[in-house]
Order: sequence, then structure tokens, then C-alpha cells
Amino acid sequence: MADVTASDVPAPLAPPRLAAALAFTARRAEGIVIPLGALVAGMAAFSVFLLLLGKSPAQFFELMWRGGFGSWFSIQNALLRATPLLLAALCVALPARLGLTVIGGEGAIVLGGVAAAAFGHALSGLPYPVVILAMGLAAMAAGGLWIGAVGALRHYRAVNETISSLLMAYIAIALMNQLVEGPLRDPASLNKPSTHPLDAAYRIGPMPGMDVHWGLAVGIVACVACWVLIDKTRWGFAARVAGGNVRAAQIQGLAVGPLIVGFCALAGALAGLAGMFEVAAVQGSANASLAAGYGYAGILVAFLARQSPLGCIPVAFLLGGIAAAGGLIQRRMGLPDATILVLQGMLFIVVLMSDTLYGRFKIFNPDRWARA
Amino acid sequence: MENDIGLWGVPLAVLGGAIRVSTPFIFVSLGEAITERSGRINLGLEGTLVFGAMAAYAVAVETGSPWLGVLAAMVAGSGFGLLHGWICSFPRVNDIAVGIALMLFGMGLAFFFGKPYIQPSAPNLPAIPLGDWSSIPQVRAALNVNALFVIGAALALFLWWAFKNTKLGLIVRVVGDSADSARAMGLSPTTVRLFATAAGSALAAVGGAYLSLYYPGSWNERISSGQGLMAVALVIFARWNPLGCFAAALLFGGAGALGPALQSVGVTQGYYLFYAAPYILTLVIMIATSSPGRQLAGAPGELSITK
Repeated sequence: MADVTASDVPAPLAPPRLAAALAFTARRAEGIVIPLGALVAGMAAFSVFLLLLGKSPAQFFELMWRGGFGSWFSIQNALLRATPLLLAALCVALPARLGLTVIGGEGAIVLGGVAAAAFGHALSGLPYPVVILAMGLAAMAAGGLWIGAVGALRHYRAVNETISSLLMAYIAIALMNQLVEGPLRDPASLNKPSTHPLDAAYRIGPMPGMDVHWGLAVGIVACVACWVLIDKTRWGFAARVAGGNVRAAQIQGLAVGPLIVGFCALAGALAGLAGMFEVAAVQGSANASLAAGYGYAGILVAFLARQSPLGCIPVAFLLGGIAAAGGLIQRRMGLPDATILVLQGMLFIVVLMSDTLYGRFKIFNPDRWARA
Repeated sequence: MENDIGLWGVPLAVLGGAIRVSTPFIFVSLGEAITERSGRINLGLEGTLVFGAMAAYAVAVETGSPWLGVLAAMVAGSGFGLLHGWICSFPRVNDIAVGIALMLFGMGLAFFFGKPYIQPSAPNLPAIPLGDWSSIPQVRAALNVNALFVIGAALALFLWWAFKNTKLGLIVRVVGDSADSARAMGLSPTTVRLFATAAGSALAAVGGAYLSLYYPGSWNERISSGQGLMAVALVIFARWNPLGCFAAALLFGGAGALGPALQSVGVTQGYYLFYAAPYILTLVIMIATSSPGRQLAGAPGELSITK
């Protein structure tokens, strides 16, 4: 730490306790200042893009503020869009602690939604809590199985998890189409094949005082719980060790296989839950709308949050707000709906580039303060 | 009799489909093979492919020449490759994550600029009727081969030869196998990888141009169904060998053609599952060819994905 030894001349100007506090703050600040700086740089790059197209960045950001953050109405809209992102981002952030890059959360969301819709319809007539619980468990099982398999393939067969998870996502979407057009199809859904609609009595409603459904609360609780799991429990510690060096973890006697499969299954289960809320709180039935790209936006959230479950909360809110403002921006500025995708892509690239900055700034490294 | 060949239509349609569907796989996998041989992996080829499809279509609409479209796709593709290579040249930047970011970015840009080109129709790339000797329409349809397929086949052969026998091929392989040896030889791994990624991306964009200018032959936001990503798995399966890439691409094309072929003879059961056949095949192949505890045979030593 910042222990001052005789060789460290000149001595720090601040008294020791203050110095320690400063050092602590400086170390923590690096993980916040660099991503924020990257975010600003990404926005700046996007402004250049807009200027090249002859559009006004000022108007863009003004509309973004108004559509995503400026009023209670728009904040609720942002929170609504942030909800699936929270759970989808955890599907990336949890395996990341083990050094895995899982990008197929979309598949778990889709299958979770289908499983929830199937159970919700089949159990119609049972008490509300039973049905909701069954839907949640079914969705978590479906998603957990899907991503858990990715983890198992990674550990026991050395199959690259990035590619396999994405392939599994494509397979999941095909499976959903097959089920929704075949055995689970509601004959009444003509134009857009869907499962039987969930009985109105089993829909998940809004939280008190707002228009946002309970999925938001579940998402935030899940983020906090994952933070506790990773930072405060021995499983999380073991996962971080294994993520740093698999061989070292095995030498320490850690059961790396079950750890990888378990974390991946949990990650998939949470993404499955996102699918369940899409069905039970938003769509009312499972159909192709489930593959709306939440899984891919979740990757961006997790990387922007530097794979921190707590960091996912503000980042999901930010990206939810940007998405919420999309319609307004599209109408007022005459920009295509893909504008938001371009902005997201730029933010993603700049944030990844900022990885190279860690450890380069003296101000964040108290050990180097004394040496001029 | 002549026009009704019954169930024989299925293997014929699969063959024709394999040739038609495999072309983008050939280009993307050859491109990825070049990049991976240099020791870097580019997962962003999916985005490059989609952007290439859009750029080719837009330029073909504006100029009336599909070949200018292909050229535009190559230019755009190498731009994405240079971007990837440049970002990855910073220390501690993860090439896989950058690929994911560029995948999303490329698609976003393609949808952004491609909006006005969804309606107009572009001139298609020409096909070479290799089946004219036959009087059976299905045979003629199956052997109506696009010029890009032929170019792709020739390119596979050329790259296979060039990796073994040219100085450039050797340079790429050395950089891919050991950055330290390359530095000792006075080569700059970063520069070689930059250009290998650019070349690979340019080829991937040609694959996209084929999608929008020949088969299916239109531009829309669902033009690609993961070919750019499957190609990455395909390169591993092909053991980084260009001829293997060509063969694997044909196999994947055949799997992709199975669903439509069965549908054309009236088998509609499980259509969507047949649609998933290429993904399932890729996954099965990856499981079969990976193994824990040992390096894949023929893998470039510097490649992060096989470490």
C-alpha cells in the first residue's frame, strides 16, 4: 500500500490518514473515470459522425435528454427498456468473472420466454403465485440449461464459448420458431404466429406508483445479488481465481468444472427470466418479438460496466434512456432507427479501446505519487 | 418423366443449394483464415459481411454495375479490417471483444446507410450456366454457377499455394506462430496483422456482396444469418487450411440448402429445425474437433481462441 518509507523522498504533503484516504479514492477512481471518459469520447465521435451527415449533435443530445431522462414519463420509459438489459447483461458479466466471453444471451431470453408462455398457459386456473413461480422457474431452467451447456462444452470439450453461445442463440431462435409455428401455436394468431396468450389474471403488473413492471425490481435485486455472490462469497472468490488462472485454481483444489457450469447456468437462468418478464409483463405471449436484440444490447451493457454487476445498473439505465429516446430522435431529426445502433457501436469500440489506458495514469496509482 | 424427377430433386437441390449457399462461406472463411494465420481473430466479420452486402448493393444501384459494387464492398471491408487491426494494436485490448463491438457497429452502420436501398433493385452478378448440356431443368438450375463461386474456388487454391510457397505467406505464418520469432526476423507483428485483418475483412465483404447481389439477391436487414460467425468456426474445423475452408464451406452450404430443398418437394414438417441445420452442424463439428488439454493441430501459436 502507500506505506511511506525512508527512501520515498520527498514525503507526501498531506497527513498520513488523509493520504491513505486519497490513495484509496485514487485507486477506486480509475475504474470510474476511465469508463466515463470513454463514454464522453464515444459521444464526441458520434457527434463528428452527425456533423459529417449535416445533423446537429446539440439537437441530438437535447432530444436524447428529453426522450430518455428529462421527465418522469421518459425516465419510466428508460427504466422499462433497461429492465431486460439488466438481466441480459448479467448473462455476460457472470461468466466474464471466469474469463469466459458468452455472447449468446439472446438464446436464453427467447427460450425462457417460450418456456414461461407454455407453463403459464398449461397451468391456467391455478393460484396466481403458483403460476408465476412456475413460469419463472421454467424460464430459468430453460435459459440455465442453454448457457450451462455452453459452459460445460467450454470446460469439458474446450469448445470456444463465444462462438458456441452464439450458435446456440441461432438454434434457440429456430427452436422458438418451430414451437411457436407448430405445437405451441395459438390458432387464433394469424399474421404473427404466437403461443396461446397468457390469461389476463396471470399478467405481471406495474410496480406501485409507476408504469414499470416488477421485472425492474427483480433485475436490480439480481444485480445486487450477483455482486454479493462475486465479491462477498467464497464461490465468487473461487470464480475470480479460476478466471485469473485456471491451472492455479485447479492446483488450489478448486472444482473449476462445476464452477464454470454453475456460473454459466446461473447467467442463462437470469437471461431466461428476462424472457419470462417479456412474456408475462410486456407481450402476453411468446412470439418472434422475443428476439428483439436484448441479448446483444446486454453484451454492450456488461462491457461498458466493465463486467461489474453493480455497474450494470446505471449503464442499463443509460442505454435504456438512449433507446427510449430513439423514436423521438428518428421523428424530429429524420434519422433512421439504426442511429441508436451506430451510437452503441461507437460507444462499445471506444470503451474497449480505453482498456489500454488502465495503469497508465500516475494520478490513479498512489505508489508512484512520491516518485516524481 | 423428364420434368418430374421426384425425390431425386432433393439431392440435386442440395447440390445446387450447396454451391449457391456456400459462396459467402468460402469468402468469409478464406478471409478469416488469412487473419487467423497471422495470429489474430476477427469476430467482427459478421458486421463486415452485412456492411459489404449493403455497400455492394448501394453502389450497384447507383452505378448499374454489380462488379463496381463488389469493389466497393472490398474497399469498405478493408476499412473495417484496418479499424479492427488498429484498435487491437493497442496493448491489453482484447481482439475477441473488439470483434463483437465491430460486429454491432458494422451492422448498425449498414442499417443506417442502407435504409434508402431496401426498395430499389440492383443488377445481379452474372451466373455461368455450367448445366447447359442437360435437358433436365433441375440439373440446369443446380449447375447455374455464379462467377464469384468460381473465383472463390480459384482463390482457395491460390491461398493454399501461397501460404506454402511465397514470402508473404511465410511472413504471415511466422507472425501467427510466434511474435517473438517474427520480431527477431525484423518483422513487425502489429503491421502484418493489420494488413492480414484488412485483407481478411475485404474478402468477407465480398461474401456479403454475393448475398445482396446474387443469392438471395436483395438488400434488407436480415440479409445475413450468421454466416460471418459460422465462418470463424469453419476455419477452426478446416484447420486453417484454405482448401479445407473451401470443402467445409460446401458442406455448410449443403446443410443450409437442406431445408429449402425439402420444402420444395413438399416436406414442410420441421422446416425451422432444418433451417437451424448449419448451426447445429457447426456446433457438432466444433465439439467433435475440439479437445481439452491439447493444442489443436495446425493452430497458429499466437491465436487467442485456441489457447
